[in-house]
Amino acid sequence: MIQALAFYMFALITVASAVMVISARNPVHSVLFLILAFFNSAGLFVLLGAEFLAMILVLVYVGAVAVLFMFVVMMLDINFVELRQGFLQYLPLGAIIGLLMLGELFVVVGGHALTPLAIAGGSVPIPPAAAATNIEALGALIYTHYIYLFQAAGMVLLVAMIGAIVLTHRTRKGVRKQRIAVQIARRAEETIELVKVEPGKGI
Amino acid sequence: MFEIIAVFLPLASACIAGMLAFARPDDEKKQGRIDTAAQWVTCGAMVLSAVFAGIVFSDVVLGQNPRTVELFTWIDSGAMEVSWAIKMDTLSSVMLFMVTTVAAVIHIYSIGYMHHDPGIPRFMAYLCLFTFFMLMLVSADNLVQLFFGWEGVGLCSYLLIGFWYDRPAANAAAIKAFVVNRIGDFGFALGIFATFVLFETVDYDTIFAAAPGKAGASLMVFGVEFHAITVCTVLLFIGAMGKSAQLGLHTWLPDAMEGPTPVSALIHAATMVTAGVFMVVRMSPLFEFSETALTLVTVVGASTAIFAATVACVQNDIKRVIAYSTCSQLGYMFFAAGVSAYSAGIFHLVTHASFKALLFLGAGSVIHAMSDEQDMRKMGGLGRFIPVTYALMLIGSLALAGIWPFSGYFSKDVILESAYAAGTGVGEYAFWLGITAAFLTAFYSWRLLLMTFHGAPRADNKVMAQAHESPKVMILPLFVLAAGAMFTGYIGYESFVGHRAGEFWGESILVLSSHPALEAAHGVPTWVKFLPLGVGVAGIGLAFVLYMLAPGLPALIAGRFHIIHRFLVKKWYFDELYDLVFVRPAFYLGRGFWKTGDGSLIDGVGPDGVSAAVLNLARRAGALQTGYLYHYAFAMLTGVVVLVTWYLFQH
Amino acid sequence: MFEIGLSHYLSVAAILFTLGILGIFLNRKNVIVILMSVELMLLAVNINLVAFSAHLGDLVGQVFAMFVLTVAAAESAIGLAILVVYFRNSGSIAVEDINIMKG
Repeated sequence: MIQALAFYMFALITVASAVMVISARNPVHSVLFLILAFFNSAGLFVLLGAEFLAMILVLVYVGAVAVLFMFVVMMLDINFVELRQGFLQYLPLGAIIGLLMLGELFVVVGGHALTPLAIAGGSVPIPPAAAATNIEALGALIYTHYIYLFQAAGMVLLVAMIGAIVLTHRTRKGVRKQRIAVQIARRAEETIELVKVEPGKGI
Repeated sequence: MFEIIAVFLPLASACIAGMLAFARPDDEKKQGRIDTAAQWVTCGAMVLSAVFAGIVFSDVVLGQNPRTVELFTWIDSGAMEVSWAIKMDTLSSVMLFMVTTVAAVIHIYSIGYMHHDPGIPRFMAYLCLFTFFMLMLVSADNLVQLFFGWEGVGLCSYLLIGFWYDRPAANAAAIKAFVVNRIGDFGFALGIFATFVLFETVDYDTIFAAAPGKAGASLMVFGVEFHAITVCTVLLFIGAMGKSAQLGLHTWLPDAMEGPTPVSALIHAATMVTAGVFMVVRMSPLFEFSETALTLVTVVGASTAIFAATVACVQNDIKRVIAYSTCSQLGYMFFAAGVSAYSAGIFHLVTHASFKALLFLGAGSVIHAMSDEQDMRKMGGLGRFIPVTYALMLIGSLALAGIWPFSGYFSKDVILESAYAAGTGVGEYAFWLGITAAFLTAFYSWRLLLMTFHGAPRADNKVMAQAHESPKVMILPLFVLAAGAMFTGYIGYESFVGHRAGEFWGESILVLSSHPALEAAHGVPTWVKFLPLGVGVAGIGLAFVLYMLAPGLPALIAGRFHIIHRFLVKKWYFDELYDLVFVRPAFYLGRGFWKTGDGSLIDGVGPDGVSAAVLNLARRAGALQTGYLYHYAFAMLTGVVVLVTWYLFQH
Repeated sequence: MFEIGLSHYLSVAAILFTLGILGIFLNRKNVIVILMSVELMLLAVNINLVAFSAHLGDLVGQVFAMFVLTVAAAESAIGLAILVVYFRNSGSIAVEDINIMKG
């Protein structure tokens, strides 16, 4: 009973905040609603017994990704007064297509039947909560069978980081830096020249 | 042997002169040497050819030795076997001799006339080539070889009329000549086909031998049955109408005067235009069996004679008068053939060749003397300045008008007598029209002489000061022609149409006993014998009255009868009629086919249409690439929805 | 209704997914909303994966969901970096102005 209540609460707020994400006038509001959606889906995850994943969702998605979004939204000087036009122009057609999509998803979901193979238990059964917590079980799985994928994910993150820096890095013109090697390689013969100056005349 | 040389020597010299024409050195003196070389080669070849033709004539005709010399086979395909052969009987020998002699004279004349022209080797080459084709035509042994020569002379006529190709009028005239000839040639080709269908051969001897047997045969044309020989001969005659500028297909001849005068003399007086007459006479064994064809020939010939004579009376260009005169005289020859007086037609052909060429070349001398002025209204009083030319043209005109004892008298008289003696309705028609045409012929010939050589000079003093006699190279050949104009008639009368005609012609002409016109011509009443001479003198008299005694009268008459005058000046409105009925619709059709048929339809459906469709489709497909991300996402989504829907409904 | 089964979670995921898609092409003026809609879609997928994992008792689903999370974070970082550079160059993040790929 409690579970059902919790589920409906989380689910409803998630959906509502998703609607607000795409229809909010102020982009800052959109980001905030996105954070709310993330939080509530973390709740849904907890209900499913994947608490590690729920926490990771909060840490990574909310703590990093959504904050990043917030940074960018605040940094870009967006004039949001003129941003609302055109929304209604495509609403009919878009809504129809979207509803069609939803309807079909429901049809697929509603009429689905799982294969016997899947019901039989899957490849990696979830150990009961008493034997190992979610995080232990996941750790045992990832660091053994999926270690290469794990490393690859690390690579992806590395590349993304480098990419983000490379893309946005700006060199400012006119900044004077020390170039030590040039300084040391300087020789007197090339830089100084003795000139005889007649009195009364310049160089 | 001599006949082979006589026929092919002009070809060889044409090739040599043609190759010389390609050498165009910058140096004037070298060009002069090339010109001289070309002139020597061609004139030498022509004179030699004429000599050999004379030898052949004396052998074949006087020595009674007709023969056919086979050269080699040309086509051997199924039932059709055509070979190159030179047939020498009286008819072809006479023509050979006449053609080579007149051509040789004109070649020598051209040396003087074309002296200042930059294209002398080309001109001489074309003249020689033309002569070769004409000789092939007259010495042919079968219809296909005749057609080869026929087409060849048409080609050379085109090349020569348009010799001065930087003149648009010359180009237009050349095209007109060729196209109108083509129409005739189409009929001629159909005639050859019909003959082949009927006789299964195109060889003369075989056809002539089989003709009496096929006299009653019939041929199916578009589902209707016709008398076979009539079909063949009528179609062949249409070819002759085109080539000899008879009424209906005559429009090219006056315009052909755009060519140099020697060309007019050779092609459009003596040789090419007589090819039609020659062909009809050559096919006499066929024509004799078709009354319809003979009637048609007579009617067309007589009508042409009167038509051309009326138009010649109002022409102001000296060459055009003579051109229409040629047209008219050809009409005489044709109606002579039409009443089965073939030998009379050939007789007139031979005499006409000499005096008409003489008149043309004399006109050339006049034009030369008047610094290239051809309008007679700007001439006058030349008799004092160029007396030799005047005398020669007088001889030619006397022959043309049919005054005794010049050659024209003999040949024209026997034609008119035959027409009368034919006894048929068309014969009467031809006779009276011929008499009227004779009157008009004399009239316009003297009109030409009086306007050009008599009276007060109408040109300005500068031009008159330049008026001089032509150089000897131009005058001396005219003496040869003048001799022909004076004596051919008297000398040839008995052999051509008189008592010795039978053994003279031998097998070359066939006259059935049902067509006694020529025989009966010798027995016509006296008034018929002297009427042509009488109307000739009357015509000369009228010309004197109108152009010497009362010079203001012609303008007055033209004013009073201005509708008739205009009708004649506009050549009976034939050109306008043809333009309306044929030329304009042809252009309209052509333009329609070009713009709509080719442009819109074929190009539109084909390359242009395909490329336009591709561009259109590509542009529309390109419109999908808006650059907006959400459009792309939307497209993807729509695609997914469609796929899922389809999949759902599949199962 | 009160017995929460797999279908409930899947329905929530489906709705979230659709909303994400609508967000992409219904918004006209802001590129950031597009990126956020992508995050929504990824979230929906994650819910799907974890729901199945819980229902089938298979831990692999959660592992997968974790990797999806990782990649989503990387992708949003890069996307925002691109956005920042684009904004520097053109001065606007209006979606309707980004059509240089036209044609």
